[in-house]
Amino acid sequence: MTQDRQASGSAPIVHLSKLNKHYGELHVLKDIDLTVTPGEVVVIIGASGSGKSTLIRCVNGLEEFQQGELEVDGNTLLPNGKATKALQKIRTEVGMVFQQFNLFPHLSVLDNVVLAPMKVRGWDRDRAEATAQRLLARVGIGDQAGKYPSQLSGGQQQRVALARALAMEPRLMLFDEPTSALDPEMIGEVLDAMRELANEGMTMMIVTHEMGFAREVADRVIFIDKGRIAEQGRPEQIFDSPQQAPTRSFLSRVLKH
Amino acid sequence: MDVTFQFNWQAAFASLPHLVAGIPYTLLISFGGLAIGFFIGILVGLLRISRTAWLRWPAIIYIEIFRGTPVLVQVLFIFYGLPQLLGGPINALVAGIAAIAVNSGAYISEIVRGGVQSIERGQSEAGLSLGLSRGQAFRYVIWPQAFRRMIPPLGNQGIISIKDTSLFSVIGVGELVRQGQIYIATTFTALEVYLMVALLYLVITLSLSLALRLLERKGLVGQ
Repeated sequence: MTQDRQASGSAPIVHLSKLNKHYGELHVLKDIDLTVTPGEVVVIIGASGSGKSTLIRCVNGLEEFQQGELEVDGNTLLPNGKATKALQKIRTEVGMVFQQFNLFPHLSVLDNVVLAPMKVRGWDRDRAEATAQRLLARVGIGDQAGKYPSQLSGGQQQRVALARALAMEPRLMLFDEPTSALDPEMIGEVLDAMRELANEGMTMMIVTHEMGFAREVADRVIFIDKGRIAEQGRPEQIFDSPQQAPTRSFLSRVLKH
Repeated sequence: MDVTFQFNWQAAFASLPHLVAGIPYTLLISFGGLAIGFFIGILVGLLRISRTAWLRWPAIIYIEIFRGTPVLVQVLFIFYGLPQLLGGPINALVAGIAAIAVNSGAYISEIVRGGVQSIERGQSEAGLSLGLSRGQAFRYVIWPQAFRRMIPPLGNQGIISIKDTSLFSVIGVGELVRQGQIYIATTFTALEVYLMVALLYLVITLSLSLALRLLERKGLVGQ
């Protein structure tokens, strides 16, 4: 499953150059240069507060940046939150799964999934529901479509969130620590669904602490340290022979247990 | 002093038909005013949380003025004061409805603001990340959840406004208290009549409480 999709030579779907983000005094992202090609699975690792979540939240404009350039699927985002039209287009083509699931608690599972395709893509209910049912079945919750999110386990909720994002037929999926809020026994079911998605060729940017999963699924692992890309490469390269001291120190801390 | 007074149940019940004539006015002023106040509240409440200062400030000023002055003064101003500006009299019923509207509108603005701001940031982020516009995310994701949380404080405000209408006897509108005063003027049965007036207010407010409780229970699905 680790065929080299990076080298495919197709036009990048995500391109960041010299991206800088500040929260007031805090310099969160420093000169980030990053290119993701279609079909590639990029896993971003790093300590808490290193800026890895902020990085992927910049990609769909949930965070603004102050300097640099960001291009997603041919749409350019400018510093300081300008270009709303491009932003809207990017968000339509980029799906996101959040740490806290963020399902809509007032809507049934089915309505969670059909909302955006109907309101944004303009699909009629029949088409949206057919797609939703297919996606829910695919992530193993086809029989729960009438329930409300609060009636589901955390693992089921996160799989609904995945189906909800996929219903928009995104060209790129962002995952912001998708298993960090789950009970240990539910992590596997969510990772399985993500693994399947990766095998189907979805372009994915994943922030996670699941190193075993990263090693198995990633085409490329990026290690972020204090807002800077400290090291990147193929998973076996990063996990087995890290070149940088911060990478070695981080991995020795997280891989010990 | 020899206290020989006895509560006269007959007088109390005899007053009821007269008092009941005030209920339509009480209900019309309260619910008419609250309905308009609700729209004012949504509008001003949303302006209040706008990120644009020149939209936010008028809302803040509105809220501070109408929340910070007594509703009695507001109705006196509208009924006696405004005609001097407008050059013509204002109907007492209209003045009462207007006073409840502007007053409850100020409080409801804060209820709307609190309700909307209580919805976790992740909800609008999830909506936006799916490609919904800000307006769509508000309408389909934020507002339905915020409204559910607003029901208990809205019920509270409804009950307060219903009771506030009792002050409007001063402008001569024929609501419950006014009917009581008129009846007492000829029968001198203040104890009995005011007890009946109080009971009638209770019937109205308890009905509202009950209705809201049912609405809330219905709204609990999916939370």
